[in-house]
Amino acid sequence: MLLARPLARPLARTLSRRALIVGPAALLVAHRAMAAASARRIVSVGGAVTEIVYRLRLDAEIVGVDSTSLYPPEALGTKANVGYVRALGAEGVLSLAPSLVLALEGAGPPDALRLIEQAGVPVVRVPDQPSAAGIVARVTVIAQALDVPERGAALTREIEEAFAQLAQAKARVTRPARALFVLSLQNGRPLVGGQGTTADAILALAGATNAASSLNGWKPMSDEGLIAAAPEAIVMMDQGPGGAAQDPFAFPAFAATPAAGTRRLVVMDSLYLLGFGPRTPAAARDLMAALHPDQIGKAGQP
Amino acid sequence: MTRLAMGRNGFTPLRNRGPLLITALGLLVALAGIAALGAGATGVPFARVVSIVTGIVTGHSSASTGEALIILQVRLPRLLLGLLIGAALSSSGALMQGLFRNPLADPGLVGVSAGAALAAAVTIVVGDTLLAPVIGPLPFSALPVGAFAGGLITTLGLYLVATRQGRTSIAVMLLAGVAFGALSGALMGFLAYLSDDRQLRDLSFWSLGSLSGATWTKVAVAAPLILPVLLLTPFLARGLNALALGEAEAFHLGVPVQRVKAVAILLVAVAVGASVACAGMIGFVGIVVPHILRLTAGPDHRMLLPASALLGAALLVSADTVARTVAAPAELPIGILTAAFGAPFFLWLLLRRQGGIVL
Repeated sequence: MLLARPLARPLARTLSRRALIVGPAALLVAHRAMAAASARRIVSVGGAVTEIVYRLRLDAEIVGVDSTSLYPPEALGTKANVGYVRALGAEGVLSLAPSLVLALEGAGPPDALRLIEQAGVPVVRVPDQPSAAGIVARVTVIAQALDVPERGAALTREIEEAFAQLAQAKARVTRPARALFVLSLQNGRPLVGGQGTTADAILALAGATNAASSLNGWKPMSDEGLIAAAPEAIVMMDQGPGGAAQDPFAFPAFAATPAAGTRRLVVMDSLYLLGFGPRTPAAARDLMAALHPDQIGKAGQP
Repeated sequence: MTRLAMGRNGFTPLRNRGPLLITALGLLVALAGIAALGAGATGVPFARVVSIVTGIVTGHSSASTGEALIILQVRLPRLLLGLLIGAALSSSGALMQGLFRNPLADPGLVGVSAGAALAAAVTIVVGDTLLAPVIGPLPFSALPVGAFAGGLITTLGLYLVATRQGRTSIAVMLLAGVAFGALSGALMGFLAYLSDDRQLRDLSFWSLGSLSGATWTKVAVAAPLILPVLLLTPFLARGLNALALGEAEAFHLGVPVQRVKAVAILLVAVAVGASVACAGMIGFVGIVVPHILRLTAGPDHRMLLPASALLGAALLVSADTVARTVAAPAELPIGILTAAFGAPFFLWLLLRRQGGIVL
C-alpha cells in the first residue's frame, strides 16, 4: 500500500483532469477561474492561529491546517493536513493553491517558507508571546492580514475583557498555590515547566506560584528537587507521553510532596491550557479555580 | 572474497556483467529521477513537466506559471540534492567498508557525522544568542556551515590522533572515532538540556534528516563538494581491492597504502560533511547500499564504488518521492523511508544468500 499510493494518486489525478479538459493551457485557465471564484485560500499553521481564524469566522476560507490545529476539532477533520508546524513541505503547501499562509513564528523549516514566498504566496508570521498582550498581538496581526480589522478589534476587546475579569478573580486569591507543571512522566522522571515556558506563563495567569521557578525551560526534575520544590498541586496534560494515564502520586518522590496529601492533581487539555489563543482567559480561570478551590469557587465563573 | 580466484591485484578482471550492472543502475537512477519530477503533492500533467524541463535546456522556460515554479524551484533542486547526497553517502559507505575491511563500517566512522551533529547542535542552541552578530548579515544560515566545518575538523583531528610517523592506524582511528562519538553524544545531551522547547524540536527534526529545505543555493553549495569526490572515488578502487588482502600485502603489491587511506578519509569527510550539512542525518543508505551490491555483484571495488553511487542516488531519490507524496500535503521524515525501502530488501538478500555470504 505504501508503494502503491504515491504512484497511483498523481497518475489518477492527471488522467481525470485530462479526461475533463483537453490540453494544459485550458487546464491553467480553469485553474485560475476556480481560484478567482473561491476568493481567498488560507493555509493556517499553528494551533492558536487556526483557532483565531475560526473565531474571526473565516474558517470557510481555510484550505489547509497543520497537525497542531486540534481546536476546533473539525479543523483537522475537514481541512487538508500540511503536517507538523516545524516540518512543512513547500510543495505540499503550494499544492493547496493558497493565496495566504498564516504561520506561527517558529514554523518552518525556513527554506520551505521562503520557497512558498518565492512562489508569490504571502506568508504572514504570527508572533508567539505567551502573554495576554501576545494573544492580542496575534489576533491583531491575523485580522489585519485577513482584512477584517473590525472583527479583530471586537475579538481583542472580548479577550481583553476576559483578562480583566480574570485579574479581578485573581485579586481574590489571597494565598497563591504552589503548583508544579509536569509535561511528561516517563519512567517516573518528570519533565517540568520552568521559567520562560508557556506553563510558567499560564500558572502566573492563574494566580499560582510555579514550584519549578528555579529552572529555566522544560527540564527533567530530580526526586530530591521535586521534594524540595514542595508543590501543593500537580498540573498535567490529558494526552501525550506519560499524560494523565499515570498517577504521579504512585511515585515515591511525588508521594512525599504536599500535593500528595490532598491528592491535588489538575489534568487539562494541552492546547486549551498552553495554546495561548482566544480561550486562554477561560483556561486560566479554570486552572485558577482548580488550584484554589477554597478561594475561588466554580460559581464565580462568568 | 575467498570464492574469487585472485588475479594480479587480488582480483579477477571484471566480468562481463560489470558494464551491464552499471547500465541497469543508471537506468534505475533515470527512472527514479523521472518519477521524482513527475510526482508530487501538486498534480502536474507529465507532458507539462517534460515541456518545462526541456524549456530550461532550450532557454524558453516560462517560470512564471505556478506549475513551472514547482518543477523548477521545488522538485528539480530537491531531485539534484537527493541524487548528490544519496551518491555521496553510499559511495562513502563503500569507501569506509573497503578501508576498514569491515562490513559494519559506515561513513560516520571517521567522526564526520558526530562532529557535524555536534557542531549543528551548538549552532542551533547558541546560534541565536552568540553567533547572531557574526552570521546575521550573511545570506545563508549558519547551520550547514557549522555542520560542514564540524565534520571536517573532527575527521582531521581523528586522523592526526591515529597517525604516527606518517602511518595511519585504522584501528586507532576507529577506536578514537568511537570515543569521540561517545563524547559528542554527551555534549549533545548537555546542549539538549540547555536548549529551550523550540531548539529541542529543531535538534530532533535535524537528526531525522530531510530534503525538504532543498534550494538551488544548497545544490550550488553541495555540488562542487560532492561531484569531485564522486569523480575521484573510482581511482581508489585498485588500492582498496589490494587492501582487502591486508596492509602489508597491499604494500608489497605496490599500492601506496598511506596515500589511499588519507585520500579515502578526506573524500568521505568532504562528501558526508556536505550531505549532513544540507540534509541533516540520513542514516541507513551509507551502510546498506554497498552491502546490497556486494551481495549481488561481488566485492570488486572497481564495480562497487560507482555502482554504490548510482544505487544510493536512486534509493534516496525514490525514498524522497514517497516521503513527499504518501502523506501529501504533509511530508514524512526521509530516514523512516530509506530504512523502510532498503531494510526488507537487504534482509531478503541476506537470507537468500545464507550459507554463502560474501562480505
